[in-house]
Amino acid sequence: MANNTPAANDDHEVLLEMRDLRIDGRRDDQWHEIIKGIDLTLHRGEVLGLIGESGAGKSTLGIAAMGYVKPGCRFSGGRITFDGIDMLTASEEKKQALRGVRIAYVAQSAAASFNPAHKLIDQFAEIPVQHHKSSKAEAYADAKDLYSKLQLPEPEQIGFRYPHQVSGGQLQRAMTAMAMSCRPDLIIFDEPTTALDVTTQIEVLMTMKDIVEQFNTAAIYITHDLAVVAQMADRIMVLRYGELVEEAPTRVMLANPKQAYTKSLWAVRSFRKTSVLKTQQQATQPIISVQNVTAAYGVLDILHEISFDLQRGQTVSVVGESGSGKSTTARVITGLLPPRLGQVLFQGQALPPDYRQRSKDQLRQVQMIYQMADTAINPRQRVREIIGRPLSFYLGMDSQQVETRTRELLAMIELNPDQFIDRFPSELSGGQKQRICIARALAAEPQCIICDEVTSALDQLVAEGILRLLDRLQRELNLAYMFITHDLATVKAISDEVVVMLKGKIVEQGSKDKIFSPPYPEYTEKLLASVPQMNPDWMKQLIAQRESRS
Amino acid sequence: MTTHSSSDSQLEPFTEPPPAARPSKFKRALRELWKSPLSAKLGMLIVLSYIFVALFAPWLTPYGESEIVGGPFELWGDKYPLGTDNLGRDMLTRLLYGARNTIGIALITTLLAFLIGGMTGILAAILGGWADQLMSRFVDVLMAIPSLIFSLLLLTIFGTSIPVLIIIIAVLDSTRVFRLARAVSLNVVVMDYVEAARLRGEGLGWITLREVLPNIMPPLVAEFGLRFCFVFLTIAALSFLGLGIQPPTADWGSMVRDNATLISYGDITPLLPAGAIALLTIGVNFIVDWFLHKTSGLKDGQ
Amino acid sequence: MLSIIRLILERLGLGVLVLFAVSLIIFLGVELLPGDLCQALQGQSATESTLAACRKELGLEQSAPTRYFHWLANIAQGDFGKSLANGREISELIGVRLANTFFLALVAAVIAVPLSLILGILAALYRNSWFDRSINVLTLASISFPEFFVAYILILVFSVQLGWFPSLSDVSPDTPLLERLHKVFLPALTLTLVVMAHMMRMTRAAIINLMASPYIEMAQFKGLSRSHIIIHHALPNAWAPIVNVVALNLAYLIVGVVIVEVVFVYPGLGQLIVDSVQKRDIPVVQACSIIFAATYVLLNLTADILSIATNPRLLHPK
Repeated sequence: MANNTPAANDDHEVLLEMRDLRIDGRRDDQWHEIIKGIDLTLHRGEVLGLIGESGAGKSTLGIAAMGYVKPGCRFSGGRITFDGIDMLTASEEKKQALRGVRIAYVAQSAAASFNPAHKLIDQFAEIPVQHHKSSKAEAYADAKDLYSKLQLPEPEQIGFRYPHQVSGGQLQRAMTAMAMSCRPDLIIFDEPTTALDVTTQIEVLMTMKDIVEQFNTAAIYITHDLAVVAQMADRIMVLRYGELVEEAPTRVMLANPKQAYTKSLWAVRSFRKTSVLKTQQQATQPIISVQNVTAAYGVLDILHEISFDLQRGQTVSVVGESGSGKSTTARVITGLLPPRLGQVLFQGQALPPDYRQRSKDQLRQVQMIYQMADTAINPRQRVREIIGRPLSFYLGMDSQQVETRTRELLAMIELNPDQFIDRFPSELSGGQKQRICIARALAAEPQCIICDEVTSALDQLVAEGILRLLDRLQRELNLAYMFITHDLATVKAISDEVVVMLKGKIVEQGSKDKIFSPPYPEYTEKLLASVPQMNPDWMKQLIAQRESRS
Repeated sequence: MTTHSSSDSQLEPFTEPPPAARPSKFKRALRELWKSPLSAKLGMLIVLSYIFVALFAPWLTPYGESEIVGGPFELWGDKYPLGTDNLGRDMLTRLLYGARNTIGIALITTLLAFLIGGMTGILAAILGGWADQLMSRFVDVLMAIPSLIFSLLLLTIFGTSIPVLIIIIAVLDSTRVFRLARAVSLNVVVMDYVEAARLRGEGLGWITLREVLPNIMPPLVAEFGLRFCFVFLTIAALSFLGLGIQPPTADWGSMVRDNATLISYGDITPLLPAGAIALLTIGVNFIVDWFLHKTSGLKDGQ
Repeated sequence: MLSIIRLILERLGLGVLVLFAVSLIIFLGVELLPGDLCQALQGQSATESTLAACRKELGLEQSAPTRYFHWLANIAQGDFGKSLANGREISELIGVRLANTFFLALVAAVIAVPLSLILGILAALYRNSWFDRSINVLTLASISFPEFFVAYILILVFSVQLGWFPSLSDVSPDTPLLERLHKVFLPALTLTLVVMAHMMRMTRAAIINLMASPYIEMAQFKGLSRSHIIIHHALPNAWAPIVNVVALNLAYLIVGVVIVEVVFVYPGLGQLIVDSVQKRDIPVVQACSIIFAATYVLLNLTADILSIATNPRLLHPK
């Protein structure tokens, strides 16, 4: 149905055209250009992927197609033409008549974007009814039809629920149905699956792709995930700092990226941990040993009989979706959540279950690095204090020793000490903050570091830098890492051992090679199968596979 | 791997330029002041001139604070620029000294309220659990009684004197500070850097003073301005009712009350101390409004 | 539905508990007196025998818990005891005055609530217009005014210079309604002005907060008209914050009444409490405090319950 070959698209009618588009955003009482002269062409029935890291301006560009800018932004130049209509000079009434009818929008957070006071189906029906396209009864019937096309459970009834009564993946599909209500010419998908778990994401992606193809709707698909965009888009535009870096049909772009920046985005996925030859050490005593831990919040058990070991100089990855209990496991080890049953051993000695009962030295040995470096360091302390405190607190260094050691640590994490030692966190980039967190952990001279989703809040290239740094430090200092993540690419890159968790239980554990080679347990297989691949045919094959099975 | 074999420290600026080091705090503050809206500048001017008057009252007038210099209710003239009050004391002198007394007492009261409310609020947030519950429920009950009524009751019991007044109002007002301090601290306490400090083994003092307090200063400072206005108005109201600052101490609230009869003759003199109260609160409010606007990251309006 | 009823019952129970706690505090406050009530009353002139007589009269020889429950039980039946100043039944003193106070507050509320809600919502919808900016400066100035300042300015203008309204609001139980409204106009206007600024600012903030929700933005992307967005998307979610604003300010009004009544010599509860404080007539002050506090608690409770009852997430549980 859809035209995957770019040549065919060129013959089609142009639906949306942007020429030298410029948008300003207001910051510190001054206007700054956030979209710097972008050209964009979209043909009928074509899906265009907008990809870029945070701050690239891809969302701003996406909603600009509706002739809309967020409060605090303004159009400052260029042209947007939608099907012959100049969107920048069109009256508010004219734009209103287009929105929802000919251009629809699917937001990132469906939970926040549905009005809590109305039923799903009423929020669906108000578009055709308010725009006088159909009666309420017709809209209801159409909604049920679309719900079933989008494979929502109980399509006849689900519309009569309120948004908070429906799960996240279902809401996102209901929102796609809503966008389809007037059979628009163009849908803007603004990171629609970013907030979902991988296994849910794949289901939503499949139905979205399917519906767009069925109605031959043009779409702009905004995401930061290359593999996702590879499945969805006919053509890809790579954005960076509000400028176009590169544009090409999906297959061409994947096979042969031209610009250095695009290549670097592609290259990220190639990082692999260098040495896994540590088998000879396995006879030694583990640094951390989690033994039959069952833990609960209140009366509800959320961890069931968890056991695994952490060896010196090795990385154990704990993988699972949200709610699988992986972060809770970290809380048990650090003593923030004393387990109901079982215990945690440190070099063969049982650690007191509550961190308040642990000695300074026991606390020192296990350090944590957090997901959000922004919240993990005190914004009111300078780098000097952040890294220096463990030095004076644990190791009793005087101010001269602290200064020297802080500088050594900064050099170790590849930041220039003279330049950074007196900075506040607000004067650091995201990746630099995470490096400071690593330095703080190292300052305590621990045996073991727990890394809780340390790269998932970072842009891919920066994330790779952090992984390389951690890998180097592990080799140099013989550290043990426990790596908590939901991202299988990270697991493949960094681990020696893998623990797969589901609903508070370990479903599989073993060496990386063992986990990533068949036969897989059912859940691990589902998890692996759900991670989008760069191959643009991957999802099609997966759909075919699932259909042939059922 | 193939495209980037160089060290990753070089990769970093490639993707995100680090924000540059900022100019010094003092310079930034000056620039902010310069850029502040007219209302905020007006507010600062008002507050500064009040502080000046409060500090130099004795040098600004030839008469003493409660010195009887003429007959009661004399009219405005050369000798008494604003006339005399019901006892024949110079009105302008009383007005100038009133700045000292009224503002001074309100300031001490507000500081005390912040000391009590701020510390307990932060502690409640850090400790959590039953300690937090206990403190919060107690404050809820105290706040269930309107504070003016509560202070009337307490003043009946303990009598009216300045120390009693300060303590009563500070304690009652500290409940509001407690609520705010607790609420903003709760946002900070859940931050990973506080968890990191706990896991490091830091004590309560370090966590309170070094991790939490510096991060809740902006809302606390703004609240200080608002609470000061509130305390100031409460004390003025009580004095106006004859239950606050007692004679012969010059005080704006009681000056209105003592000379109110003049109003029925169309004389605006008794409105001057009331106006003095209003002007200062307006000034502080203008500053706080601007400060809140600045620190809340333009949440309200662009 | 069940969960809502449970939540509301919970709040009601909590409200009763708070009322108990409030009565306990008001009772205990007096127990904090150095010595006891009789010593405080008689001061230096006290002798053993007069003290003993006084204690017997007030029932002070009983234990504190006994007296507390006695006091509470009597209040529940409308008996607040006797005034120390003139020996009259407190309930008699309060009766008419309470009605007067509520009348004044009611008149003020009837003017202030609709006016400030409308102006507040308009200011929010036309944010940053000249209308909004001037409202912001005006309300900021007006919350800075002490109540008595506003009151005397109104007296100066409307009573002394224009002579339209009396500066003394000396109503009695047999004053006819029209005359009563005329006499009560200036105090009611004072209260209105004082409370409106707060109410408008809070309404404006609540509506702005609401209009920034992602679902309002989504409604714009659906091409819905502005009026449809405001009526169908904003309003159903605005009840809770608006109800809260109104209740909070009515509670504020109850307190503001004290000073306004004194300025206009209006025979209400506020007058009574101020007079009694000056005379150190503790039982009367206690009684008035209980009534003020109970009204305050009930208003806040109503706000709480109404905002539960209008919350769509609670109305339609999973």
